[in-house]
Amino acid sequence: MMKKILLAIPALVAVVLGGFLFWGLNPDRDPNAIPSALISDPVPNFELPPVDGTKTPGLSAAALRSIGEPFLVNVFASWCVPCRAEHAVLTRFVEQDGIRLMGINYMDKPADAANWLDELGNPYERIGSDSEGRVGIEWGISGVPETFVIDGMGIVVYRYVGPIVTPEAQAEIRAALAAAGGQS
Amino acid sequence: MKGWLGSLVLVLALSATSSVWAVEPDELLDDPVLEMRARELSKQLRCVVCQNQDIDSSNAGVARTMRTLLRERLIAGDTDGEIIAFFVGRYGDFVLFRPRLKPATYLLWFGPAVLFAVGIGVVLLTIRRGSIAVLDGTADPLSADEEREFEAILREDKGQRNP
Repeated sequence: MMKKILLAIPALVAVVLGGFLFWGLNPDRDPNAIPSALISDPVPNFELPPVDGTKTPGLSAAALRSIGEPFLVNVFASWCVPCRAEHAVLTRFVEQDGIRLMGINYMDKPADAANWLDELGNPYERIGSDSEGRVGIEWGISGVPETFVIDGMGIVVYRYVGPIVTPEAQAEIRAALAAAGGQS
Repeated sequence: MKGWLGSLVLVLALSATSSVWAVEPDELLDDPVLEMRARELSKQLRCVVCQNQDIDSSNAGVARTMRTLLRERLIAGDTDGEIIAFFVGRYGDFVLFRPRLKPATYLLWFGPAVLFAVGIGVVLLTIRRGSIAVLDGTADPLSADEEREFEAILREDKGQRNP
């Protein structure tokens, strides 16, 4: 009996190790992805001035907690090349689908950001200027662009790291908005 | 020889400075004790952009902002624990280089020790089983066939040495 148990051990080890390695082979798994500590929490406390040179109002936690419907918070910068690619998608979200969009201008010079928005258009309802990147830390930002889906109560429900360009990424954002109770 | 030694020293000196001096002079605190705590703490925190560097040695913009915030909190009188909690609250356990001790990390912390103990146990058991069998005579005695084979091998061995 004892011997039988001992003989089963190598097989057991092989199955456990094999399962672990097989999990590691999954191409959808991104070992660099940082889990967000913010999901299901209210938006962090912050208050940001508007970007100088634009007429868009600034952004604060108080403003985000009283929107009443799901919306997006997009972190962008004029020096960020993928943001340029993402900009067209965000504009389409706003103009065609009526999705509400707020912006955090991250570690950027206000003049550069204003030029960037003049050139490409400004789909943002509000933009906070986070020129030192302090509020970025409050949001747990690791790079730009990043996009958060917030529900009507001001609770963070979803975070997307990187530009929303591919159809899959767009579908994920729409699904998160729909799950939060807004339009798809 | 001298030139070779000189270039080695130069290379070592350059590589040392490039890794140590991510912290820029304007970030340094005037109070040396606080500055020392800041350096110690920032070696425990991961730069969230470069991921395998601590914020003490990273030149990334985010790392600089994190260092500045860390020093501000030190001046405000936060304890080391409060400062670590500040960053963990925003980035999760991921920012820590030293994983926390909690049920999800028990395997990580104690796994190697358990494996080592099991290994020692198996070795001791094997040794004890073998030696007891020899000492108390419970080891199976050789059969007549085995005895003959053993003698044959011994003879063959002798024959080879003294032809």
